[in-house]
Amino acid sequence: MHLTVNGAEWELAIHPMKRLLDVLREDCGLTGTKEGCGEGECGACTVLVDDAPVCACLIPVAQVSDCRIITIEGLGDDHPLQRAFMDEVGAQCGSCTPGMIMAAVALGAKPSLQRIRTGLAGNLCRCTGYEAIYRAVRRAAQTSERGSNVESEIASP
Amino acid sequence: MRGRVAELELRRPRSLREALDALRDDPELVPLAGATDLYVSLNFGTLEGRRFLDLWPLRILRRITEKDDVLSIGALATYTAMIRSRAVRTRLPMLVAASREVGGVQIQNRGTLGGNVANASPAADTLPVLAAVDATVVLASRAGERRVPITRFYTGYRATVKRSDELIAAIEIPRVEGEQYFRKVGTRAAQAISKVVMAAVRGATPRIALGSVAPTVVRLPQTEKALSDGAAIDDAVRLLESEIEPIDDVRSTAEYRRRVAGNLLRECFATRASA
Repeated sequence: MHLTVNGAEWELAIHPMKRLLDVLREDCGLTGTKEGCGEGECGACTVLVDDAPVCACLIPVAQVSDCRIITIEGLGDDHPLQRAFMDEVGAQCGSCTPGMIMAAVALGAKPSLQRIRTGLAGNLCRCTGYEAIYRAVRRAAQTSERGSNVESEIASP
Repeated sequence: MRGRVAELELRRPRSLREALDALRDDPELVPLAGATDLYVSLNFGTLEGRRFLDLWPLRILRRITEKDDVLSIGALATYTAMIRSRAVRTRLPMLVAASREVGGVQIQNRGTLGGNVANASPAADTLPVLAAVDATVVLASRAGERRVPITRFYTGYRATVKRSDELIAAIEIPRVEGEQYFRKVGTRAAQAISKVVMAAVRGATPRIALGSVAPTVVRLPQTEKALSDGAAIDDAVRLLESEIEPIDDVRSTAEYRRRVAGNLLRECFATRASA
C-alpha cells in the first residue's frame, strides 16, 4: 500500500482495513498523533487528509492511499501554533494538543473566535477549559506572517 | 482498539457498475462510505458484516445537482460538501443547519448523507429534514433503479426496505414552499447525539418531522392537519404528544422528550398560530 505522509512516500505491507491512526503510529513510527476515545468523539487523533481535518481513528488506511496526509510531525519543531500553545498555556496534560493544533492549522489565516470555536468543536480538552486554547490559536494567527495556510506551513520533508 | 481488523475484508470497485455487480454477487457485502461508524461498531461488537464495499472513491455518487424542481444529493456527499453547496444552502438551508450539528468538523468531512440514511438511526440528524420535505431515496442495483419516499424507506428500528443488492445512489428533494425550521436538542452543541431533533416547514401546508421519539423518524400528519386547519398551539401540542412514542434510554427519558418535542412545536409554530 502506498502512502504519502508529511511529504514522504511510504510503501507498506499492511491490511487495507487497518486504521490510519495505527498505521501512522506503528508502521510509520509517527507517535505524535494520539489515540483518545477511538470513536471519533474527542479529536485527539486529528490529522489532515488533503488539507481537511479528520479523525485518524476512523479511517481505513486504504481510503487514503492516494491522499496527502499531514500529521503533527509535519509542522516541524518550531511552528507558530506550537509556540503560542506554550506561551498561552494552551496545553496541560498534552493528550489533546496534537489534534487541537492540527484542527487549528485547518482554520486558515486569522480565524474569528466563532470560527475557532466551531473548528475546534470536535476536539475535547479536559484540562484547560478551552479559553487558553482559543487565545493560543488567535495569538498564532497574529504572530504568523504566513497565516495558517497548510501548504506554506508544513516543513519540507 | 478492541475489534480485530484482520477479520475484515475490503473490496474496492473502480466504477459504480463494478460496485453493483459486486453487491449482486455477494449478498453479505456491506457498502462503506466515510466509515465514521465502522470501527465504533467493531469495538462495540455490533458490527454487521465482515466484507465491505468501498464506495468512497466513486465520484459519481458525490454530485449535488439541481434539475428542474428536484435537488439531487449524491449518497456520498459529505456534510462539509452540503454545507458548502450553493444549491443546498439556497433550497434546503435546514439541511445545512443539520449538517453543521453532526459531530465536529472531522466527522463532517467524512460522514455522508447516504451513510446517515443507510445507518437508519432513529436519532439521525438529517432524517427529520428529509422526512419533512418528502425526500425520495434513489436505490440503484443491476436490476434497475427504484425510488422510495423516505417515510416508507424505514420499516422499523434500524430496518429499511433496501435489498442487499441495492445501493443508495442519491436523495432527491422536491422544491420546498415555506419557511424551514431545524432544532436539535442534545447534551451539548457539538459531538452529541440528539435527545430530540425536529425539522419543520412553516407555510400553507405545515410539515413536521421528529427524530429520537420513535423507532424510526416520524412525520406527524394529525398535528400538521390541525395546524393547517388553524388549531390553537395547545391543542396541536396535545396531538403531537399522542403521535410520538419516545422511550427512556441512556440519553434521555420519555417524559423529557415528550415535553421538549412539544416545546419545539411551540417555538416553531406558536407565533404563526396566534397570528
